[in-house]
Amino acid sequence: MKRLLRQIWGVFKKDLLLDLRSGGRLTAVAFFAGMTLLLFSFAAPPDGISLGLNAAGYLWLALLLASVLALGESFRIEVEDEALEGLRLLPVDPMALYYGKALATTTLLIGLCVLVLPAALVLYGVAIKGAVWKMIATLILGCAGLAAPGTLYSAMTSRARGQDVLLPLLLFPLVIPVLVSAVKATSLLLHGDINPGGSASSSHLSLLLCFDVVYWSVCGLLFGKVIDE
Amino acid sequence: MNQAFEKEHVVGALGALMLAVGCWLALFVVPPMVNFGDLGRPLFIHVPTAWASLLVFTVAFVIAIIALRKRTRGWDAALASSVEVGVVLTALLLFQGMFWARPTQNFWWTWDPRLTLSAVMFVSFAGVLSLRSFAEGLHRRIMWTAVSTIIAYVNVPLVYFIVKITDRGIHQEHSTPQTVSDVYHLALRLNAFAMLFLAYWLIARRSRLILAVQGGADAGPPAPQDGPELVAGVEG
Repeated sequence: MKRLLRQIWGVFKKDLLLDLRSGGRLTAVAFFAGMTLLLFSFAAPPDGISLGLNAAGYLWLALLLASVLALGESFRIEVEDEALEGLRLLPVDPMALYYGKALATTTLLIGLCVLVLPAALVLYGVAIKGAVWKMIATLILGCAGLAAPGTLYSAMTSRARGQDVLLPLLLFPLVIPVLVSAVKATSLLLHGDINPGGSASSSHLSLLLCFDVVYWSVCGLLFGKVIDE
Repeated sequence: MNQAFEKEHVVGALGALMLAVGCWLALFVVPPMVNFGDLGRPLFIHVPTAWASLLVFTVAFVIAIIALRKRTRGWDAALASSVEVGVVLTALLLFQGMFWARPTQNFWWTWDPRLTLSAVMFVSFAGVLSLRSFAEGLHRRIMWTAVSTIIAYVNVPLVYFIVKITDRGIHQEHSTPQTVSDVYHLALRLNAFAMLFLAYWLIARRSRLILAVQGGADAGPPAPQDGPELVAGVEG
């Protein structure tokens, strides 16, 4: 167990280091998310009310679209120069490889949230009315829910023809339950949960947690099969 | 070319016969429904299609687990064909629902939880088929199809149980002998088994076709049969 954790930490560190050193890519993904937020504002009447009402949905859609770019990149660097083959030659458990990469992508997406959330609050004229810790939990769980199946699918699609079409095609339907619960929870936290004790946002958060547990366990078990060729 | 008679045709013919009898009962024999009158009759095919699609995806899920272990051409064909038949059944399900909803509810589509999840189920498994078509090599094709089928299956129990968890929308409780009037049992049961038999027949036929196509592709061009040999377009 200790060995597995050490391996996960090693892969996680390697991925984050690569992301940080290629700063241009990170900045591009962040700008893409910001630009998507800006584009959504043209989809609603310019009265501010509709934008505020749909702010949570726009925020998560921007994160989803940006996550596809981040995920595609995450495995493109492994496929170039057969880096993945090199990793597999090392005595590293495929599960460690998966969890390391998925955690790195989750961290990247959380970093993106830190940049995008204030931009969304400003652009759409909303503020966090619910508990801040719940908002942080929603963002972390939502990003984890996007990263878990995304990492597995990008491992497959990065080595296929037509990867740019395939990843969103496979990922989007799969993350709809995650997206729905994240949007509902975020929306309740932005506009105030009128239920006693904020119970509605809590139930959406627990649903989000359930999906995370399912995806993180199932994808972790299956990852070895995908890269074992 | 003579081919041996394949036994699945018996199941297919039985399914077609049961479907004909079931639809005749549903259209002409059973009394109209209290809520929808004659417009409720499409439900006798809609509900069995829903059962069959969920069951076929469950079969695909089980086959995917086996295919991950066995990694043979046969299991790969069985997996791909069951996913394909499941996708076709789900497409039928969505269209039947839309054509029933237009006259009874006055809309083609609504964001009812079960309907939305069924649409998600459809695109998830259609995605599996797309991924499969891009995979090169037998091993990669089996692995990718099996893994993506297992993950896409996460949504299937949700489609079944959602009416118990949240707002039921335009869908009713699970259709069981307790929740459905006695006079409707026979037509529903006949159609349910008919859809299953037809699904089995389609899966078997499609598996054979996939195996034949792949076998042909792997073996290269067919060996020359008895008859005149062609050398550079000239009979030798």
